Amino acid sequence: MLRFLIRRLIVALLVAATVLTLAFALTRLSGDLAISIAGPNATQQDVELVRKAYGLDRPLIVQFGSWVGRAAVGDFGESYFFKQRVASLIGERMPITVTLGLVGLAIALAISLPLGVLAAAQEGRLADRIVQGITLIGQAMPSFWLGLILMILFGIRLGWLPVSGTGSWQHFVMPGIVLAFTAVPALTRLTRSGMIQALSSDYIRTARAKGLSRLSILLKHALRNAAIPVVAIAAVQLGFMLGGSIVIESVFALHGVGFLAWESIGKNDFPVVQAVVLVLAVIYVGLTLAADLVNAVLDPRLRGQ
Amino acid sequence: MTDIAVVSVTTAGPRRGWRSLGTWLGAAVVGITLFAAIFGPWLAPHDPFTQDLTRRLLPPFWMDGTDPAHPFGTDQLGRDYLSRLIYGARISMLIGIAVTITSGVIGIVLGVIGGFAGGKVDDAVLFAITCRLSIPVVLVALAVVGLLGSSLTLLVLTLGLLLWDRFAVVARSTTMQVRNLDFVAAAWCAGCSRGYILAREVLPNIASHLAVVATLEIALAILLEAALSFLGLGVPPPLPSWGLMIAEAKEYMFFSPWVIMIPGVALFVLVFGINLLGDGLRDLLGTGERS
Amino acid sequence: MSEALLDIAGLRVTFAGGTAAVRGTAIAVNRGETHCLVGESGCGKSVSALAVMNLLARGASRSADRLRFAGEDLLSLSDTGMARLRGNRMAMIFQEPMTSLNPAYTVGSQMTEVHRRHKGSSRQVATDRAAEMLARVGITAPGMRLGQFPHQLSGGLRQRVMIAMALMCDPELLIADEPTTALDVTVQAQILRLLAGLQRDLGLAVLLITHDLGIVARVADRVSVMYAGEVVESARTNDLFARPQHPYTRGLLDCVPVPGKIRPGEPLGSIPGVVPRVRAGFQGCGFRDRCAFAMPECAAEVPRHAAGEAHDYLCRLAADWSGLRGAA
Ligand SMILES: Nc1ncnc2c1ncn2[C@@H]1O[C@H](COP(=O)(O)OP(=O)(O)OP(=O)(O)O)[C@@H](O)[C@H]1O
Ligand code: SF4
Ligand SMILES: [Mg+2]
Repeated sequence: MLRFLIRRLIVALLVAATVLTLAFALTRLSGDLAISIAGPNATQQDVELVRKAYGLDRPLIVQFGSWVGRAAVGDFGESYFFKQRVASLIGERMPITVTLGLVGLAIALAISLPLGVLAAAQEGRLADRIVQGITLIGQAMPSFWLGLILMILFGIRLGWLPVSGTGSWQHFVMPGIVLAFTAVPALTRLTRSGMIQALSSDYIRTARAKGLSRLSILLKHALRNAAIPVVAIAAVQLGFMLGGSIVIESVFALHGVGFLAWESIGKNDFPVVQAVVLVLAVIYVGLTLAADLVNAVLDPRLRGQ
Repeated sequence: MTDIAVVSVTTAGPRRGWRSLGTWLGAAVVGITLFAAIFGPWLAPHDPFTQDLTRRLLPPFWMDGTDPAHPFGTDQLGRDYLSRLIYGARISMLIGIAVTITSGVIGIVLGVIGGFAGGKVDDAVLFAITCRLSIPVVLVALAVVGLLGSSLTLLVLTLGLLLWDRFAVVARSTTMQVRNLDFVAAAWCAGCSRGYILAREVLPNIASHLAVVATLEIALAILLEAALSFLGLGVPPPLPSWGLMIAEAKEYMFFSPWVIMIPGVALFVLVFGINLLGDGLRDLLGTGERS
Repeated sequence: MSEALLDIAGLRVTFAGGTAAVRGTAIAVNRGETHCLVGESGCGKSVSALAVMNLLARGASRSADRLRFAGEDLLSLSDTGMARLRGNRMAMIFQEPMTSLNPAYTVGSQMTEVHRRHKGSSRQVATDRAAEMLARVGITAPGMRLGQFPHQLSGGLRQRVMIAMALMCDPELLIADEPTTALDVTVQAQILRLLAGLQRDLGLAVLLITHDLGIVARVADRVSVMYAGEVVESARTNDLFARPQHPYTRGLLDCVPVPGKIRPGEPLGSIPGVVPRVRAGFQGCGFRDRCAFAMPECAAEVPRHAAGEAHDYLCRLAADWSGLRGAA
């Protein structure tokens, strides 16, 4: 088990290094960065000044080396637009995105687990079909559009929740629901198929032969086993949700890192964009590692080794 | 004498009927949208780009004060909403299919190579998939479009380069399964070349799995295009992408919700239909539960 | 003779695909007696046992002329009523010890839960009982085993745990479905000896499913032979081995001529062909495409003949037709 985790850790580091390179390459895609930074109205002289100031006159490999060296210790340079260290900028915005992600995940699990269990217990019957219909609907729902509809409904028509902004916990309710919606189909499917598999296993037959109640068979014996992969995947799903929160943060003007990245893209603020891509990727990689650990802790067969 | 029956434990009758209803529904939605996309110029009652500031935000036919010339009303610039919707179907279908072809080629090549070669090559493919999964798709797509300026080609290329992971995963695992089958081993023994085995034995056998993935990817690409266009970094205006229509109408949605309902419902129904069709295809081809 | 503890008559099970897995099985298990159910793979032994316990998978439909346990009609019992009997007064163990225990819970947790459910006992009482039962099935250091997870135990140990768990509530009937098939030969013998000992000491009635005639000869009081979903012959063990009547039973015993001199683990039968899978609506003798004596009338309904006290068989041939044997 330990060896497995060490191997995973090495792969994770390699992935981080690759993404680091890609994030650097991303910003050099446009050709001359200096022209983009200087803006459309800049003179040739301005561009040259910018080139010097940002070190863009150095050979590409040197620029890359210095970016890697500094990124590795968490120094992503300074934002062109905000005139602030990128690291501290991201540090300020991160709690909002993480809160949103956790709220979304909690809501998603609170919906998916019961739905998945219900569908599996009623496999092939009406309730199962309804749940499968719900997952199909969730899968087809454009999240930004759902956000707008909730805004009209709860924000304007009913007036229960604030339409946008970051001020209070109420601001996280609608974005959390929308973000949860993006994870519900996958988590529900996984719970359902895991439960169906668990319910058809020999140990469930044993539990029934012991005369246990239906509830105990379903929730104690089957769910405990079906939940292990779901909890592990939930960690990975959180990574996807953080990466995808950019759309939802923009819809609800929630000033997290996603919103920050969106603003920065509009303002050609490359150091910020680069850094956000990297940070989100590293968080994702960290979460997949966490998923392996969670798996190991929850599954007694892995725990012992 | 005695009947020897092949017992199928899983499929019960009524469920099959229900499923096929969904498949037909999905096929109908996709068929109608494709039709609208292909014959858009002949179907659309107006030019989707012509503005008429005297006739802005006319309501659709089910509301009061409508104009029969504009059954779905007009947008904030007085452009005919039905015509824009029909042209939007072209954009959605075009992007969905083009992106899927691009990502399909990348993913299938990687997956088949990894699954067929095994060993170090396969490790490399797995590593590529892991890297790809760790990259936040929407953010990177936005950044690329933001940097290079929006165009349809760029959008297709970017999404194509970002969405190949599921193709690669499925192609890899199914290739591995096929590689270990008897008839492939027989082909090896018969001295057939690698390329021959890949083309004649492996690809036909994994094609049905890939077809199911393709439907999912088309749906995903359409949703992503809409989201990117909604954020202002997808299809360039004044092209009538459904996502862009929602973004442009956003300011007016509190007073006239239909401006976002019409393109939103269209988007939802199309993606829903494609997924239904994909589910039906999966049942039909018997490629098992997708995860 | 008093009423049997478990009295089954006309038991039928049909699966959703149309397979008639069990077609009118009749078995009577008396108190304190070991009754063996033998037959080739796929003839419906497990399905019959699961039908008695009402443990069939969804999609299977069960009916019976009579299904009584200790005088109680199981057919009219609700699901909850049945659950109250299972694990309490009638228990069952399975062929696959490796997968029959829940991997997520400790042995102790899985054992105590039965006792607590049926006897309403406290955690302490249930744990003491579990340790006692583990010791009883020959497990040393029961206290330590209670805290272990199934994956930490060998197959033989797991089957012992299954047996101990089945006996937690002092059942009157134990159904054991090929409890030794998945184990290696030395462990098989230990488990069988254990079961025989427990049966004697506790006065248990055991319905033992097996396809090993060696086991039958050693432990059974009575034997029922199953073929294609029907019990084709039923008799006291000695009687069956001495005077088998049904052509199928004879075919089985041809390869194992003398009871008591059978090598354990011997496969059952060397009759050409395989057990047919029979569909609902099938008529006549299920054995007729493998039977050397098959006649056109075997396709019609076949009578059940008696061949002495508590010995009957399902065949058109009259009792003691052994003269015909050479003709085969
Ligand atoms: N869930 C099921 N669905 C459909 N058919 C089934 C199912 N379970 C069992 N059967 C069929 O019922 C018949 C009897 O099976 P059963 O398991 O009772 O055989 P068995 O006598 O216990 O054999 P074995 O010695 O291999 O355990 C078989 O033909 C089997 O294919
Ligand atoms: S009924 Fe006929 S076919 Fe069946 S066992 Fe007797 S003789 Fe053979
Ligand atoms: Mg069996």
